[in-house]
Amino acid sequence: MAASPLLELRGIDKSFGPVQVLHDVGLSVYPGEVTALVGDNGAGKSTLVKCVSGIYTIDAGTVTFDGKQVAIHTPRDASTLGIEVVYQDLALCDNLDIVQNMFLGREKVKGIVLDEPTMEQMAGDTLAGLSVRTVKSLRQLVASLSGGQRQTVAIAKAVLWNSRVVILDEPTAALGVAQTAQVLELVRRLADNGLGVVLISHNMNDVFAVSDRIAALYLGRMAAQVKTADVTHSQVVELITAGRSGNLGLPPETPNDFVDITPAGDER
Amino acid sequence: MSTTATTPSAGAVKVQKPTVASHVNDYWGRVRGGDLGALPAILGLVVLCLIFGAARQDTFLSTLNFANLFSQGAQVILIAMGLVFVLLLGEIDLSAGFASGVCGAVMAILLTNHGWDWYTAVPAALITGLVIGFVLGFLVAKVGIPSFVVTLAAFLAFQGILLVLLSGGINVSVRDPFVLKLANSNMSVLWSWVLAIGSVVAYAALQLNRIRSRAARGLTTDPVGIVALRIGGLALVLLVATALLTQERSINPVIISVKGVPIVVPIIAFFLVLWTFVLSRTTYGRHVYAVGGNAEAARRAGIPVDRIRISVFVIGSFMAAIGGILAVSRANSVDPNTGGSNVLLYAVGAAVIGGTSLFGGKGKVVNAVIGGAVVAVIDNGMVLMGYSSGVKYIFTGLILLIAASVDALSRRRAAATGT
Repeated sequence: MAASPLLELRGIDKSFGPVQVLHDVGLSVYPGEVTALVGDNGAGKSTLVKCVSGIYTIDAGTVTFDGKQVAIHTPRDASTLGIEVVYQDLALCDNLDIVQNMFLGREKVKGIVLDEPTMEQMAGDTLAGLSVRTVKSLRQLVASLSGGQRQTVAIAKAVLWNSRVVILDEPTAALGVAQTAQVLELVRRLADNGLGVVLISHNMNDVFAVSDRIAALYLGRMAAQVKTADVTHSQVVELITAGRSGNLGLPPETPNDFVDITPAGDER
Repeated sequence: MSTTATTPSAGAVKVQKPTVASHVNDYWGRVRGGDLGALPAILGLVVLCLIFGAARQDTFLSTLNFANLFSQGAQVILIAMGLVFVLLLGEIDLSAGFASGVCGAVMAILLTNHGWDWYTAVPAALITGLVIGFVLGFLVAKVGIPSFVVTLAAFLAFQGILLVLLSGGINVSVRDPFVLKLANSNMSVLWSWVLAIGSVVAYAALQLNRIRSRAARGLTTDPVGIVALRIGGLALVLLVATALLTQERSINPVIISVKGVPIVVPIIAFFLVLWTFVLSRTTYGRHVYAVGGNAEAARRAGIPVDRIRISVFVIGSFMAAIGGILAVSRANSVDPNTGGSNVLLYAVGAAVIGGTSLFGGKGKVVNAVIGGAVVAVIDNGMVLMGYSSGVKYIFTGLILLIAASVDALSRRRAAATGT
């Protein structure tokens, strides 16, 4: 890949009190590629995402976005840069419709009045850009949508703002087979549109189906970041469970490492 | 009109073109799915009016009584409007009744004991309401005490403040002509008609303008039949009501002539339009619904959840102050029970009976008006039927329970059917 990373993390440390959850983590996200972020429960995936999205502040390390070093302190900072996160629990309001959800917190206004026609048009264009073909109405309440449709709305909400990096936290965890395929197709299309996509997943089939690169976290350390084409299914599983696989991954643990990182069992 | 052809709309997404039939279908689907809205309240209102009307044709159905319903219901309806905001967040304000009493007492004492003019005393009462609301909201949002406890404490404390303000229970009477007019006078016949026709014309203009601007952008529009039905329905209700209220309704017209729409009607209408606009057409209103629907999603979307939470209590207590002013005006005085006894429960009942959910996220300001009408009709009709207060309270309590059950069951049903 000739392209330089769109988002690059280096040497990220994060502790909660005495518990150090992230140790010297590095991650590169390339435009037009899907980077799968994998790791066992408590490996620090969610913490890393929250650091990038501005919910947590990092203790040490640098974040480089589009070649420039940036500081992300609040979710606003992240969205200003063009980093959007689609959370596992979706963060949609059931009592609002599709358009209202997509513009939540960033409504278009004319004077003091909401500019509904403009929002409806933009929402329609965005959904069309994601090849969402038919919805009954853009004014349908989110409560009445299926799981896959809700995930689609959440993703559409993230790409509505000309975002450059979209982070998806387990987008297929609660979906059936057909809907999973639908959402993965959508994830692939985001990357094909030139966005940097980070896909957090436990499902190896999903990871191998759509990702270009795989980054494996092991107990708060980045075990390896490899091209998907270069590794096998079982190598990735070893990276997740043992932190190394053959000559890939972390050096063998020393007892000191163990003492240091054992408390990191709490995925925050 | 009943085709379900898709039409390119809203950018490039294909959406179903709405027709009269699809509208009716959607509505029926929502009702079956448990989203009843104001339907039970409207049906209940009709049934109650038929029962009371049949039993007491000469008194309940008189124009005098019809006009009375408005001034009787005004305080409850106005407080309920404010409570809709609080309920939308899934919170409760049990102190609204006595807050309205305290605000009314502040006004009455400033007018009568301190010789203030109405244009300083009324704002003083309103500011009292704003301050009360801010304190309640702060305690709930920032300190984190459940609203039930905060407002239950405030309920008791305000009752005490009212007693202290009235030096242990002295009745303070009000003689200011402006304040007395608010709940006791009527508009002239001419102005009554101007208001009614003006409202219909303005509503029709808004609806048609909306269709035009959406059609110009190629977005789906509501079918003409539905829009005509809405405008026609509003016109029918307003014009018939105005026609009735502009009749002579004095018991002895030779001595004094009583006709015209009561002044409380434009006051209620003003706040109905204002708060409906705020809730459905502004960013603030959208955020209120969002916080009520999913506070965590709202927080992640960058909405200042705490500020929204404080603001709804401010609006709630502000509307309680308005209600208190009207209550003082109607009674010509303030006493330790102004805003006490059943006022709060009637107001909560009005909001819930009208279709506002106790679980947050669902409700409109118009629910408070419809529910308030139900409560006023029960209160009024049962007195005319000669029932005691005891029976009246039991009946109102039962109606509130039924409304709350409808709310809870429709929520379960919505969860089960996924609509």
